[in-house]
Amino acid sequence: MNQTKAPEAPRKIGAKQPQTRLSKLFDNRWVGLAGLLIALLVPFVNATDYTMSIMTTAAIFVMLASGLNIVVGFTGLLDLGYAAFFAVGAYTSGILSTRFDLPLVATVPAVIVVTVIAGVIIGAPTLRLRSDYLAIVTLGFGEIIRITANNLPITGGPSGIYGIPGLTDGPVSLYFVTVLIVAIAVIGASRLGRSRLGRAMRFVREDEDAAEATGVHTYRVKLAAYIAGAVWGGLAGVLFAGQVSAISPNSFTFLYSATVLMAVVLGGMGSVPGVVLGAIIISLLPELLRDAADYRFFIFGVLLIIVMIVRPQGLWPARSREALK
Amino acid sequence: MTQLVWNGLFVGSFYALVALGYSMVYGIIKLLNFAHGDLYMLGAFSGFAVLSALGGVSAAMTLPVLLAVLLLTMVSTGLAGVVLERVAYRPLRGAPRLSLLITAVGASFAIEYGMRAVSGPDPRVYPVRLSGTTLEVFGARLTLQQLVLIGVAVVLMVGLNLLVTKTREGRAMRAIALDPSTSSLMGIDVNAVISRTFFLGSALAGAAGVMAGAYYGKIDFLMGFLIGLKAFTAAVIGGIGNIPGTMLGGLVLGLLESFGTYWLGGEWRDVFAFGVLILFLTVRPTGLLGERVTERV
Repeated sequence: MNQTKAPEAPRKIGAKQPQTRLSKLFDNRWVGLAGLLIALLVPFVNATDYTMSIMTTAAIFVMLASGLNIVVGFTGLLDLGYAAFFAVGAYTSGILSTRFDLPLVATVPAVIVVTVIAGVIIGAPTLRLRSDYLAIVTLGFGEIIRITANNLPITGGPSGIYGIPGLTDGPVSLYFVTVLIVAIAVIGASRLGRSRLGRAMRFVREDEDAAEATGVHTYRVKLAAYIAGAVWGGLAGVLFAGQVSAISPNSFTFLYSATVLMAVVLGGMGSVPGVVLGAIIISLLPELLRDAADYRFFIFGVLLIIVMIVRPQGLWPARSREALK
Repeated sequence: MTQLVWNGLFVGSFYALVALGYSMVYGIIKLLNFAHGDLYMLGAFSGFAVLSALGGVSAAMTLPVLLAVLLLTMVSTGLAGVVLERVAYRPLRGAPRLSLLITAVGASFAIEYGMRAVSGPDPRVYPVRLSGTTLEVFGARLTLQQLVLIGVAVVLMVGLNLLVTKTREGRAMRAIALDPSTSSLMGIDVNAVISRTFFLGSALAGAAGVMAGAYYGKIDFLMGFLIGLKAFTAAVIGGIGNIPGTMLGGLVLGLLESFGTYWLGGEWRDVFAFGVLILFLTVRPTGLLGERVTERV
């Protein structure tokens, strides 16, 4: 009457697969450089304000996704309020630059300090708990930040902050600067993933108890990952503030956090090139499919389920270097 | 003062109803069903559809009709929960927890924006309003209908508790919560029991949805998002996976919110609720009535 199946082996997110010629091509280190070159060549092909604007937005999105990837992809902690750090960064630099007439670059140290504090405040109590609690707490934290920004006088209430100085003079130069900063951030995330700390993060993701047993201080590793993610998000917030020059609480909703998560999941959790690809797809797709705008988030939701069931490793899966040797 | 307590208990009973489904599903398969709040929204909309199809309802008939609609909605929302489990969660049983959580987020999005595509982005006005004679009890103003709604909520919760503690079905659920593979060796059809758990939890959320629609008078496709978060908070306060604890948590959260709103102002209500959540997770992560859970390797 009751047929029990043999227990399936748990599926791992970064499953190992034999290499094909195609995947060897994608593993090549020149792919990243080629991608950067293509990104830098775009303005020479098409430099209208509109193109520059969506391309800059896409670049900032890539930075956000590579930051979230440190938390979700490398360490396996689900953060559903990532837009909060984006908001903290954007608001900190926005408030400082408009109140004290500072150039945007001068606010960066303050932004780093504030996002680290925010990361510790939210991470320290919750990272000791089960990982699924973290998901909801970060979701609540995202809402807290948004509602707080909506209610406080210093953040300008619902209308937000305007008149934030730009990073550069024109849209094209802004695009170049953004792409370069984002490229550095992506390389940084990738290097972090290959470092000793990054290996510890992946160990925590695969088996926290085993990691603890072999001497990895899991709590500290998780907190480090969380703070790194927060700083990446905060710096992306500075870029965002410089690009749009006016920020309001509506830019930092749960939808935004979920969209960044979608990019990470679609591209491949833990895979830096995959996440970059995912972020580009997710941010440019709505521009191409304007007619389907009403169904956009419905499609996102269904896509999340399908990706998790059919291809949990994402479009461009992570491949661990250790396994290939 | 008494009014604040009353409002808190009233809202808290909604939270408790929604939180119960959360807690049951979590207790049995350790999945945070993010889409649970959206089942509440689905309940409100399916009640809306039935009531609209009926046309006008005379004032005298409001309550009986509402109860009938409640029952119908519970069945349809329950079935929706079963379908959700079958389509989105069952294929991933045994997958890493992260995958399940992400799937749940996807399911939540799909339900919310699927409903938006069906019924449009604007809020709908509920065809039945509960506005009747007000009574004065200990200086608090409350309506007869509020009392009936609370009564229904209490009946549902007590019924659920009996079901879980006294019946064969409940014993099967508790067995699976302890150890799914051994339960299946003992002849329990694990998948079927999980399906029925989803049915029950979703039906309760659907009932809460109809009640909220009739009480607040307005529904929209995002109404489940916040209540899902609040329900989780309630479940954590009381002790997730523990049924009496979850009910208590709902009432406590309702009261805390009611007083918090009074002291801090309405715009800080949600911040206050999440602050309480974070505080609880830091100080007493097992909740008021939850027992200590140790993670097994």
